[in-house]
Amino acid sequence: MMRASRSRGCSMDDGSSMDSQSVVIRFAGDSGDGVQLMGTQFVAAAALAGNDFATFPDFPAEIRAPAGTTFGVSAYQIHLGARPITTAGDAPHVLVAFNPAALKVNLPLLADGALIVLNIDSFTSRNLAKAGYEKDPRQSGVLDGYQIIEVDITKHTLEATAAYGLSKSDAGRCKNFWALGLVQWMFNRDSSAIESWINGKFAKDATTRDANLAALRAGHAYGETAELTAALPHVATDTAQFPPGEYRGVRGGEALALGLAAAGELADRAVVFCSYPITPASPLLHQLARYGELGVGVFQAEDEIAAVCAAIGASYGGAIGVTSSSGPGIALKTEAIGLAINAELPLVVVNSQRGGPSTGLPTKTEQSDLYLAVYGRNADAPVPVLAARSPSDCFEVAIEAVRIALRHMTPVILLTDGYLANAAEPWRLPNMDEIPRITVNKPAERKPGQDVSAVIFDRDPETLGRPWVSPGMPNLMYRIGGIEKDIRTGNISYDAQNHQAMTDMRAAKVAAVAKFIPLQKVEVGPERGSIAVVGWGSTYGAIYQAVRAIPAKERVSHIHLRHLSPLPSNLGDLLAGFDRILVPEMNMGQLATLLRDKLGVETIQFNKVTGQPFMINELVQKIRSLLTAKPAVRAVRGERA
Amino acid sequence: MSAQLQPKDFATSQEVRWCPGCGDYAVLKSVTRALADVGAVPEKTVFVSGIGCSSRFPYYVETYGFHTIHGRAPAIATGLKLANPELDVWVVTGDGDGLSIGGNHLMHALRRNVGFKILLFNNEIYGLTKGQYSPTSRPGTRSPSTPSGSFDTPASPGLFALGSGAKFIARAIDVDKNGLGSVLEAAHGFDGAAFVEIFQNCIVYNDGVFNAFTDRDKETDAQIHVKHGEPLVFGENGSKGLAFDAKTMTLRVIDAKAQPADVLVHDETNRVLAQLLLGMNAPEFPVALGVVLRQPSVAFEKTYYAHQPTQMKRTGSVAKALRQTSVWRVDEKKPAKK
Ligand code: SF4
Repeated sequence: MMRASRSRGCSMDDGSSMDSQSVVIRFAGDSGDGVQLMGTQFVAAAALAGNDFATFPDFPAEIRAPAGTTFGVSAYQIHLGARPITTAGDAPHVLVAFNPAALKVNLPLLADGALIVLNIDSFTSRNLAKAGYEKDPRQSGVLDGYQIIEVDITKHTLEATAAYGLSKSDAGRCKNFWALGLVQWMFNRDSSAIESWINGKFAKDATTRDANLAALRAGHAYGETAELTAALPHVATDTAQFPPGEYRGVRGGEALALGLAAAGELADRAVVFCSYPITPASPLLHQLARYGELGVGVFQAEDEIAAVCAAIGASYGGAIGVTSSSGPGIALKTEAIGLAINAELPLVVVNSQRGGPSTGLPTKTEQSDLYLAVYGRNADAPVPVLAARSPSDCFEVAIEAVRIALRHMTPVILLTDGYLANAAEPWRLPNMDEIPRITVNKPAERKPGQDVSAVIFDRDPETLGRPWVSPGMPNLMYRIGGIEKDIRTGNISYDAQNHQAMTDMRAAKVAAVAKFIPLQKVEVGPERGSIAVVGWGSTYGAIYQAVRAIPAKERVSHIHLRHLSPLPSNLGDLLAGFDRILVPEMNMGQLATLLRDKLGVETIQFNKVTGQPFMINELVQKIRSLLTAKPAVRAVRGERA
Repeated sequence: MSAQLQPKDFATSQEVRWCPGCGDYAVLKSVTRALADVGAVPEKTVFVSGIGCSSRFPYYVETYGFHTIHGRAPAIATGLKLANPELDVWVVTGDGDGLSIGGNHLMHALRRNVGFKILLFNNEIYGLTKGQYSPTSRPGTRSPSTPSGSFDTPASPGLFALGSGAKFIARAIDVDKNGLGSVLEAAHGFDGAAFVEIFQNCIVYNDGVFNAFTDRDKETDAQIHVKHGEPLVFGENGSKGLAFDAKTMTLRVIDAKAQPADVLVHDETNRVLAQLLLGMNAPEFPVALGVVLRQPSVAFEKTYYAHQPTQMKRTGSVAKALRQTSVWRVDEKKPAKK
């Protein structure tokens, strides 16, 4: 059965309407409905078709919440099209809802006039009640204005797979592929890549393989059936203009793992990755666990503190020690990070930020650990801090973090977030031969009669990094630790002047990083103008598109920071060229504080902590509101979203 | 290293900062002698410690040394062994460092069986922080934090290690050169986590806490030096022995001369016997010293690489890994259709 109602359609001038240039699709269902798999397979096909894309998997916190409940809804959003796609899209144009709860949760997100495909087999009174619908939404009027396609997905799936003798529940599990087949038809996609994936995945289980293939083909055939085509839109998407090269799709977690492995290769040192399971940082642990032959060793420690300590032990032993966690775990690691600072050992600490405080929103994204990274340790304990801005950017930032850690012999904090870890985008593969090698500070030969400390603490005057001396190296036995040490000899020292000198040295070392990082560039817009929209981390895509949507005559620019500590040396001058500075952040104003602290600039804050990324449109609206209400003075403080 | 090194070759120029009369001096001496005796290679030897009086140890040994943070030495040493399994690593800890703040790391290092020696200096008190009671302090211990005496049950380091799955557990007294020396050598030869509890006298805050079995006039009756394959006898001329009472499943002290057949023979591979021996306290029982438990063992880091033979062996390339997924090509001057 299928029924369609009319849409009234709507278009917004910031480019959020569905057309051949850009379309946003969202799959939603129970955690067990397989929507994540459906999403990743759809994306794989879109990539091969030449679309640009960005994805946003939106998981519930519970692994298998009770079926049919709103808190068990899992969703996967895909934005694809021809123009540069940098976010997973604001409001979906197409929703495939596997049950009433998925409809209920996702309806408020949809674009006006969106197309909704409903699996009506699940619209039983029991499921409606579980979703909190008193009346069937199909009758209550809440769906007015949307284009509704009602399909008995479960029934069709069971029919399509009847020949394979699966149990009813196993057969029903193929419905994600049936629905995928239908969506593939809607977007005129070739399904051969999906078919070959199914063939590979279920190679050992012919029945499941064949049933899934049958479901996929049946869904596609269903779309083709003549009487339906009138109601079901057939959407053509243009292909994107990519620079020539080899491409793949990549999630942030994968790119980060590859980046760390690449850093090991570039430095020709083993990478020892020590971690404790935590959402949303675990994908990195899982990914690196497969990279043994890339020179990576993975150690799952007993707790967060052990993880950072084992990484420090590995660095002390001459490998690149890396640890990873999310906010709560990073908080536990702070004392040990201080040890690495004091002992002048390299270390990379990856923080996949999530909503907090405490357990907070483990599966939702936030950028609220910037204070923790820059300021959050006992004593004067500065470390370089970097942030990745997109899934593929994680690769470069990981290499950069290791490069800084080894050059300056310091811990480095790399900020990413739950959104980046799981989001995917197309990635032009880097050429490993073109990436500069990472040099290691090798100790000088110890001369006869020379005190060992002269070698161990022979800091490079430019970087203040000391030689990386590890046990096993003959003739260089030395003792080191967390107690303050003499700046020359490295012996324990409680001397007042020495502590001042060491504290100054540690600050100067982090400041010295600025000499080695690129000057800050403007992403979009002029170098001087009316508004600089300054962001960091995963808000990149949304800010980029929002600023592009503002007419050039308004002189609005986008500046996006990779280096948060130290800041690029030209940032103060660059920001001085703008009348106002808008800082959108998924926190309550942490970069705004940092800019005020380090550069003395006042900014206009735009803060959002809903666990969801910024929408392009809300940023556009914010910029527009500033443009229409120009204040007499620069520097407006503390304005909030 | 050519010539055999002497104990003095393992001493550093650092001024030793323990209190005069502290048991740590004796331990340091025994350790440097043991290093010389086993032919330790200084550049391949590392002492890793946490925080506390005992954790100053690395500064005084002419090897590599890492004085880390409170309780975390086993975790740091684990990472070090993963990075370089060839190293000869000694972890130095205390009752507070190892069993209180670092109890979790100690437990996991033992259960994983990481190939390092763990010397736990047990003085039943917090020395460096000025005398608070520790997790091994006996009930009734008066300290600045327990002015009317402590009342909670202390942990037994040996039983903790056993419960954590340790495969090597030995005990010695700080000033017992021979006993400590042979235990250190045995620990050094063990392939796995070798746990050594050293009864160490803190002369300032807990002086004489082990007198019940370390006093000259008591040691014969209050100590039993266990040796694999030999009868568990002690006392004047081995006049006393340990027997197993099957009814109560406990040990009993018997007249070894009268009932020689009932005297247990030490089996260092027997975990049940180890539990009984480690649970003995003076003055009711002699305190068990020497190698109480030593089971066949392969160190964690060896199993780690055996189990995951590719780990950290750079045989693949990132360039290849980048392409281990579906890859598509966009060609020059031929932008995709439309
Ligand atoms: S306080 Fe006790 S344990 Fe510490 S150095 Fe002094 S005597 Fe030794």
